[in-house]
Amino acid sequence: MAQLNMVQAINQALADEMARDDRVVLLGEDVGRDGGVFRVTDGLQDRFGAERVLDTPLCESAIMGAAIGMAAYGLRPVPEIQFMGFTYSAFEQLFAHAARLRSRSRGRYSCPLVVRTPYGGGIKAPELHEESTEAIFCHIPGLKVVVPSGPYNAKGLLLAALRDPDPVLFLEPTRLYRMVKEEVPEGDYQLELGKARVARKGSAVTVVAWGSMLERVLRAIDGYDAEVIDLLTLNPLDLEALLSSVQKTGRAVIVHEAIKTCGLGAEIAATLAEEAMLHLRAPILRVTAPDVPVPLAKLIDQYLPGPDRIRAALDEVLKY
Amino acid sequence: MPEEVLATFQVKRVSVLNENGSADLDLMPELSADQIWRMYQLMVLSRCFDERAVSLQREGRLGTYPPIRGQEAAQVGSAFALKADDWVFPSFREMGVHLTLGYPIPQLLQYWAGDERAQKTPPQLNIFPFCVAVGSQIPHAVGAALAARYRRDSAAVAVYFGDGATSKGDFHEAMNMAGVYQLPIVFICQNNQWAISVPLKGQTASASLAQKALAYGFEGVQVDGNDVLAVYRATKQALEKATSGGGPTFLECLTYRMADHTTADDAGRYRSDEEVALWNGRDPILRLERFLAASGAWTPEQGRGVKEEATSLIDRGVGEMEAVPPPDPAELFDATLAALTPRQAGQRKGR
Ligand SMILES: Cc1ncc(C[n+]2csc(CCOP(=O)(O)OP(=O)(O)O)c2C)c(N)n1
Repeated sequence: MAQLNMVQAINQALADEMARDDRVVLLGEDVGRDGGVFRVTDGLQDRFGAERVLDTPLCESAIMGAAIGMAAYGLRPVPEIQFMGFTYSAFEQLFAHAARLRSRSRGRYSCPLVVRTPYGGGIKAPELHEESTEAIFCHIPGLKVVVPSGPYNAKGLLLAALRDPDPVLFLEPTRLYRMVKEEVPEGDYQLELGKARVARKGSAVTVVAWGSMLERVLRAIDGYDAEVIDLLTLNPLDLEALLSSVQKTGRAVIVHEAIKTCGLGAEIAATLAEEAMLHLRAPILRVTAPDVPVPLAKLIDQYLPGPDRIRAALDEVLKY
Repeated sequence: MPEEVLATFQVKRVSVLNENGSADLDLMPELSADQIWRMYQLMVLSRCFDERAVSLQREGRLGTYPPIRGQEAAQVGSAFALKADDWVFPSFREMGVHLTLGYPIPQLLQYWAGDERAQKTPPQLNIFPFCVAVGSQIPHAVGAALAARYRRDSAAVAVYFGDGATSKGDFHEAMNMAGVYQLPIVFICQNNQWAISVPLKGQTASASLAQKALAYGFEGVQVDGNDVLAVYRATKQALEKATSGGGPTFLECLTYRMADHTTADDAGRYRSDEEVALWNGRDPILRLERFLAASGAWTPEQGRGVKEEATSLIDRGVGEMEAVPPPDPAELFDATLAALTPRQAGQRKGR
């Protein structure tokens, strides 16, 4: 099996699916000739032609809106938004149209598209290039939100997303793109959307994380008897995985790089309070970014949750 | 009923200096020799700033940086026409505009080094912070023009953006609004021919960007953007028109980005060496040097002198920028709202 990084794994998933299904069409800024600013789509235009890998004008709303029309027509568009911070200008199309097309048309039309976008902080890039506002998108009924945490699950999740009958927002943690290599099988495999993964087994506390925070959590928990849940899909949440772990450990710490207020941690904590109150032995803690816009490079390390803050939260819940 | 022609149109292209640096005297803007020399110094200063910024980024002392090499005439020429109370809405690639307006060099560098505090633009300038979301500043500029008119101020508004931005809805909505209200605004597009890897023809099917203005009911002019005198002339006229109630103007400054899109880009992947070499031959600084030299106003020694002066200004700026103490994490909070939320107040104390 080949050792691939996440960029290569995603590239392979796209190439395989394009070879298998000629309805799959990529579109976005710089995805063709340049292979994307992170080279995720490198080589695909050479292989599949400029009709299937479209370099678009600079127009996020039109990219998203056009993808909706393509999807309704029967294609499987994969719009790339160059950075998560630029999904905001496509937000109306995503929120008001992609996610509602099935329900607005009472099932007559569906919108099977996969929006790919790099997300998350820690790459010393300009403003709006390190956003982590996944919770906004989880608030949209009719849209699935997926976040891989490594090359293997990136490929398996993307293949599943590409075959999903509904719109999927596929968030690629930029900081992980080239950080690790893993064995990635060549052929076809899918990881079911909506299923979390136990990244490490433990019994004293459950730590919930996703995307690039997972790597930080795994480094921080050395010496703790912690069970780590890697969500992989943020909407819908894998309640079963969350509940069965927390019922076992009785403690939960949620770590995310988005800000605290109305972050996804709030949803998870509220769900655990509703469904697992009687199993809890300690308050549920959140380790998050502070409630400020993502800063530029000089303060990004203070912004992102680091190992010290993660361990402090673990120590706190373990006191109970 | 026969078919009728409802409209035909013409779009002007303006240039003053040809590639050899000889000027069309009928079109020469009113500028003293000193003013032209000042423009030359500012273009050289912009180039030195840019070269230093790229090398600082390579050394890890700045973050990702978008070079302006090749666009000095479009930036210096247009900014030179602005008055002190005009409002300016830049994109992220207008360092030559900033330098022309007298923006502090250490602060410009500090921003690209990733220090938030540098986003607080100096109080003596009505300039917005750099705008990273392409095209999103254009409606803001229209709003400022509405406000200027409402207040009966004599200020005009200038908004800068690239060719790629003309594909955004924000551009079209803003242009339309400016036309409807006939606002005192100048839209300054630096058509540097590339939006990262996508060339102009991948951005629009129209023969010029300038002609887009016609659909919104005002004048669009294409200007030779490597000709500092033409850019100055066109901007000056458009600003005068704006402040005298003549409405908006769209200026397409035809220029070229001679460097990579940013220090994270490799332009060699998508454009040819021949194309770049062709535009190197049209270098806006060389063109002005040729013009000045023809009248004996420029010698290689004087050129070296200007460069040395610029280099020492930049050296000093780098030194001052690097002497600024690093930001305190508490500064993350201080400008998010006029007063902290209760949660922010706790977080600021580390809770
Ligand atoms: C809304 C938005 N989409 C995408 C990007 C990423 N991006 C940054 S610059 C750029 C190209 C801009 O081209 P142009 O408007 O011609 O300006 P130039 O960079 O050539 O000065 C892109 C796609 C962005 N910053 N904002």
